[in-house]
Amino acid sequence: MASAPSLYRELAANPLYRRTVVNTAVYVGLGVNVQMFLALLLSGFFMRRRWWIKALLPVFMLPWALPAIPAFVSFHWMLIGEEGFVNSVLSTLFGIQGPLWFNDRGLALGSNIVANIWKWLPFWTLTFFAARTAIPQEIYEAADVDGAGGCRRFAHVIFPLLGNLYLVCTLLSTLWTIGDFTTVSLVSEGAPAYSTDVLATLGLHYAYDAAQPAIGVATVMSALPVLIPLVILLMRVVRTREVQL
Amino acid sequence: MSFTRAAGEPAFRSRSRLRRVVVEVASVMLVVALLIWSLTPVYNMLLIALDPDEGDIEFEGLIWPADPSLHSFHTVLTQGYWLLEDFWRQFGNSIFIGLMTTFLTVVIGSLASFAFGRMRVINGWLVNAPLLTYAVPASFLVIPFYRLMANYGLSNSLWAIVAANVTFAAPYAILILQQYAKLIPKELDEAAQIDGAGPWQIYRRLYLPLTAPALAAVGTFALLFAWNEYIYQYILLTSERKMTVAVAIAQFFDADEAPWNYMMATAIVYGLPPVAIFFALRRWMLAGLTLGGVRS
Repeated sequence: MASAPSLYRELAANPLYRRTVVNTAVYVGLGVNVQMFLALLLSGFFMRRRWWIKALLPVFMLPWALPAIPAFVSFHWMLIGEEGFVNSVLSTLFGIQGPLWFNDRGLALGSNIVANIWKWLPFWTLTFFAARTAIPQEIYEAADVDGAGGCRRFAHVIFPLLGNLYLVCTLLSTLWTIGDFTTVSLVSEGAPAYSTDVLATLGLHYAYDAAQPAIGVATVMSALPVLIPLVILLMRVVRTREVQL
Repeated sequence: MSFTRAAGEPAFRSRSRLRRVVVEVASVMLVVALLIWSLTPVYNMLLIALDPDEGDIEFEGLIWPADPSLHSFHTVLTQGYWLLEDFWRQFGNSIFIGLMTTFLTVVIGSLASFAFGRMRVINGWLVNAPLLTYAVPASFLVIPFYRLMANYGLSNSLWAIVAANVTFAAPYAILILQQYAKLIPKELDEAAQIDGAGPWQIYRRLYLPLTAPALAAVGTFALLFAWNEYIYQYILLTSERKMTVAVAIAQFFDADEAPWNYMMATAIVYGLPPVAIFFALRRWMLAGLTLGGVRS
């Protein structure tokens, strides 16, 4: 459908497309890395033996179990206008006039990223948490005996053990986030004026709203030079872990 | 020497107690922060859904419902609004898609991981070939998929959605199951083989029961995947009868008058089944999600 080179020349000359590529890079680069790092840290927090931390875990998992559409619609309304929930809270409790979140490209892009992190952070936290519970207790004890607490245990014991898993999850999350349509289409809806669209939303916008399916498909397919190396890397990382074990 | 120790020790002890208190206070603060983080959008949903009025009213700058009412939930459950008149059938369609996606993902994932991991049908890096599916994300394939399904005569069919969901949920399922299955010693298979069990029996009697936690994890993942998915449903399901709740929610955006409280109530009711299933299965899930990463 989108094999004609002229389509890609046309895209490359289009400032909207170029801005969308930047958006996608920021959205994926920031969103994925922040959520992975937070997930790794939080998974350690949930390992603490306090009943109230254990009780928090199911509540913390709620965003993942909640369907994406209502959650992101809720995000949209929380931030929209001067009377969305966030700005209402800011003005009622703190007397601050909140910004118009979707009138500013940076804020709108940031809202999308935060919404994406909100939705997927629990899933990755759970993955790391499950992996941490599989670390044999003796390793912790050995680290304890050697006097490695807190940060040093994290750097020298846990991270080397989870490093490969961290890489696998980061790659998976990157692949999924590049294809993420729902978040941007519901939270910022591309506002202001298509300036926060990502490739997935712009492609469908071309294909359906503008009735140009060929250029729509070309828009999304232009991500392939990034996607294919990522997949090959992922397959190799999963494979080398098998060798290590 | 002993003098300095006697003087030093209480100071050291009180410092370590101080440290413990600081850690504890920081933990409590983090818990509160995470509660606010996780629940704010959910609270906002309730805030809008509990609004008693009909029509376009929700942005009044309130941070708690002035006059909470369950009226909108009642309207949703009794299908008392024109956009909601097929709510229960749509709900049934969503459940059908969700259950079929879960079932097929679990079956395909488990059979494929068994074939790859135990029977050694293929070797080398091709074992991870299912992951190649993720080279082209689902949302990028909507348009070609739409044409493909039209060719098969499956456009406007729930099975088209199930097919798309399974395509994109199965590679992750296979990955998780393969990693989990590495925990099961190969010697068990060999012992069963010596006792005369064929591959099918090993699969049914040994592999399935032992991978049960991973199956629960993968099943939950597939169900949530189907429940989250909306672009395929929106584009492929065009007739009233085949519509799902996800599409119905999206339809509120296209309507001229927008009773947002009804929409949020619909969204909350729609969100209940996966939340319930997740909470029912979470202990199993946790055991199954290990991804095999750290065992040495």
